Amino acid sequence: MKKAVWSLLALAAALARPAAAQEPIKLGELNSYKVFASFLEPYRKGWQLALEEVNAAGGVLGRKLEIVSRDDNGNPGDAVRVAEELLAREKVQLLMGTFASNVGLAVADLAKQRKVLFLAAEPLTDKIVWENGNRYTFRLRPSTWMQTAMLIPDAAKLKKKRWAIVYPNYEYGQSATRAFKELLKKAQPDVEFVAEQATPLGKIDAGPVAQALADARPDAIFSSLFAGDLARFVREGNTRGLFKGREVFNLLGGEPEYLDPLKDESPEGWYVTGYPWYGIGTPEHRKFLAAYQTRWSDYPRAGSVVGYAAVMSAAAAIAKAGSLDSEKLVEAMKDLRVGTPFGSIVFRALDHQSTMGAYVGRTGVKDGKGVMTSSRYADGAAFLPPDAEVRKLRPAE
Amino acid sequence: MSSIAIQLLNGLAGASTLFLVAAGLSLIFGVTRIVNFAHGSLYMLGIYCAYSFIGAFGTTPLGFWAGVLAAALAVGALGALVEIALLRRIYGSPELLQLLATFALTLMLKDAALWSWGAEDLLGPRAPGLRGSVDVLGAAFPAYDLVLIAVGPAVLGALWLLLYRTRWGRLVRAATQDRDMVAALGVNQKWLFTGVFALGAALAGLAGALEIPREPAQLSLDIAAISDAFVVVVVGGMGSLPGAFLAALLIGEIKALCIAVGLSKLTLVVEFVVMAVVLALRPQGLLGKPWEIVRAPRVEPPLRPLGTVAGIVVTIALATLPLLTGGYALVLCIDIFVFALFAASLHFILGAGGMVSFGHAAYLGLGAYGAGLLLAKAGWPMGAALAAAPLAAGAGAALFGWFCVRLSGVYLAMLTLAFAQIVWSVAYQWDALTGGSNGLVGVWPAGWLASRSAFYWLGLALAAGGVWLLHRALFSPFGFALRAGRDSPLRAGAIGIDVRRVQWAAFTASGALAGLAGGLYAFSKGSISPDSSMAVSRSIDALVMVLLGGVQTLTGPLVGAAAYTWLQDAIARNTDYWRAVLGAAILAIVLAFPQGIVGALRARFGAKEDTA
Repeated sequence: MKKAVWSLLALAAALARPAAAQEPIKLGELNSYKVFASFLEPYRKGWQLALEEVNAAGGVLGRKLEIVSRDDNGNPGDAVRVAEELLAREKVQLLMGTFASNVGLAVADLAKQRKVLFLAAEPLTDKIVWENGNRYTFRLRPSTWMQTAMLIPDAAKLKKKRWAIVYPNYEYGQSATRAFKELLKKAQPDVEFVAEQATPLGKIDAGPVAQALADARPDAIFSSLFAGDLARFVREGNTRGLFKGREVFNLLGGEPEYLDPLKDESPEGWYVTGYPWYGIGTPEHRKFLAAYQTRWSDYPRAGSVVGYAAVMSAAAAIAKAGSLDSEKLVEAMKDLRVGTPFGSIVFRALDHQSTMGAYVGRTGVKDGKGVMTSSRYADGAAFLPPDAEVRKLRPAE
Repeated sequence: MSSIAIQLLNGLAGASTLFLVAAGLSLIFGVTRIVNFAHGSLYMLGIYCAYSFIGAFGTTPLGFWAGVLAAALAVGALGALVEIALLRRIYGSPELLQLLATFALTLMLKDAALWSWGAEDLLGPRAPGLRGSVDVLGAAFPAYDLVLIAVGPAVLGALWLLLYRTRWGRLVRAATQDRDMVAALGVNQKWLFTGVFALGAALAGLAGALEIPREPAQLSLDIAAISDAFVVVVVGGMGSLPGAFLAALLIGEIKALCIAVGLSKLTLVVEFVVMAVVLALRPQGLLGKPWEIVRAPRVEPPLRPLGTVAGIVVTIALATLPLLTGGYALVLCIDIFVFALFAASLHFILGAGGMVSFGHAAYLGLGAYGAGLLLAKAGWPMGAALAAAPLAAGAGAALFGWFCVRLSGVYLAMLTLAFAQIVWSVAYQWDALTGGSNGLVGVWPAGWLASRSAFYWLGLALAAGGVWLLHRALFSPFGFALRAGRDSPLRAGAIGIDVRRVQWAAFTASGALAGLAGGLYAFSKGSISPDSSMAVSRSIDALVMVLLGGVQTLTGPLVGAAAYTWLQDAIARNTDYWRAVLGAAILAIVLAFPQGIVGALRARFGAKEDTA
């Protein structure tokens, strides 16, 4: 009798084990969905689409993927708590997401402390892979430095001497400004920076700022404004004739998130980085676009591509590692090649930055909507500092 | 020279909007004595409503202006509704509780806007016929801004006529001076209050609606607008409309000039610098008058010491938690300990000292940065860095407190806010030292404290120790002197208490303990940034915790901190509309237990003891 019970228990245990193996692999995702909704709602749709595609194809390592998603309130303190909750209560295998630089850096540091892989999807700050880079953190989106560098060839070609700069007064805007001045000075030593306006994030006083820029009589303007600040700046600048006869460069200005709200007031002829979803002919992107439009009956934004590529990267890393062990996942991320809507990208072992690029082009208005015309893909790999310099920037592991 | 003139015109346009929002706030405060925290939300709703109305009426000149007017009226009607349904029930409650109720309202209005209009920014239409620019001194100046410049003085004039040439206005002015007397003379205060609140709300709505051609409707406008409006009202002098106008002009022009002369970085805090300077020189604002009538000051019941035994039992019970679980509960509890200590330190000056601080997060932040910098930049060991946290914050509190204790009431609260914003902006912009907006990372506890349970015990010990210290201080002669100064500064002075000195010492001690909480906070998160430690929202959180738990009890801030932190965490995980749920919960508590959670429990279960 006793024996029978034991063998039954053994059988039950044997049956239970493969069942346990079929449990989904949990990934922890956190982002500032409420605070930066216009970018992150499309981002959420992007990762949901990728998740469904991965699972429809049988998942990874024979198991389905599951994403536990949380709002981090756009606050680093709350984000760390949320990440701890994902790790401790939800027992997720890795962390991904975040938008603002300060949140991304805080979570990256937590990942280092808890020794768990963190895939920083959105934050643009250069520090997350350079000054504050660590073994467990990888970043997907092209950084501030990279996107600024993508605009430099066009800026240098114009041979404009007097430049004015306007930027949101926090790390992203400051870094973009620093990188732009440094890189343009290198390409065109006689350049002069005649005015600099640092505006409080989300609270630009657009009238006085546009006026002050005009008073400096620049030949060209470099801006890293986005969202509401950009909209206000464009309106005031148009009304006050600030852009007449001046070339304008705007980082991120071609992302549908920031261009679409401007409608027929979208600036024409600005040089921008962005995402012209309507004008990309590559087969990878056509496939993504069709799938996205079928799934959501909406067109993708830049955030959608990031969300989609983030999940694809995580899935590829798990498949390559063949394990859920954090250390193995980290090793797998190094030089990991992932197919994305922008083509194949690589997470560099050197600094954990992916080579995902962005589209560079000029803005125009078509049917009452802002678009990017004559755009081309700038591969991230071509817009990074030389390896030796990167090694100097990044602390040794 | 002409460019400076144009910038002055730009400043005028900005000042008009500032004045409209502030005028409503000032009117409402003058009559009802309610510090309407939801005023910024009404402004935000004004923009959203204008967006929808103009969309519905069409972007013809008639449609545009009818839309603006309809938005103002709609927001005014909402204001009347809020006054009748909510505020009427709490005029008898302590002022701070009214503040809490209007704060809950901001949470609900924000989610209501999110639900109706979505999260994306909505860029409204331009004013038809005023899209272009006018040539002013050779520069293209937006025609619409000229209209805005005219609206400010026009509204000021209309309000003056209303207040000085109508019977209703006379009643409003009478109520501003002495509302008890107005009531005694048989004026139906109910409708007077409703009318004033609706008018104030409509002005906020109008200010928002008029901004529609200048900025997109977005959900973050409420907090931005309320802090600007508070600054203008306080700089001008509470309840003074001409003062508000003057202050709006001053701030609008100074901002425009900062941008004109290449000091754009200053615009991050310039209004708070102006406020700090004005309040230091003129404690009642530019044109404010001291309040004349204080009849029957509220008498606070005496504080009762916490049971020592109960405190020890609770502490020991909490200390056993890591034996039961090693998971997320500990993480959440560490947050609760930090905020309980933080809230208790605020309660020390707020409850016993009668000094409301809107900027207590400054000391949390100073402590956190003090500890973080000493660890990360100076290489101090963790223990020493943590020990330095209260010293750093205490030093800051001693400096700012010296100015703050010279003021009282809302002016004091706003000066604390000004100092907090100045500290925040220094941390935000001093890249080389503080890491700027990113802050500092790598602030982790020493190896032997790195495990969750070890840090939990450290947090519990420090929080319990801090609360015990505050408690000891409250029942020492110092604490009694502090409360005497709160209840009757004159009598306290007459018996030889140097009220200001006592308040200053209390402010410093409170700051120091907030700094200890900050040090703990930094080590529990491993990083510290301006937004996580010293943003306005952090100060508001602390205030909400204290009020939620109950001001007149010592356990109040502790229970409030636990309830608020836990609620936020639990609700946020289950719904996208956690703000609305939280706001509704706070409102329910305010209406059901006007004395806060612990106050209500005591009233229900401890009644016998009190009468004995």
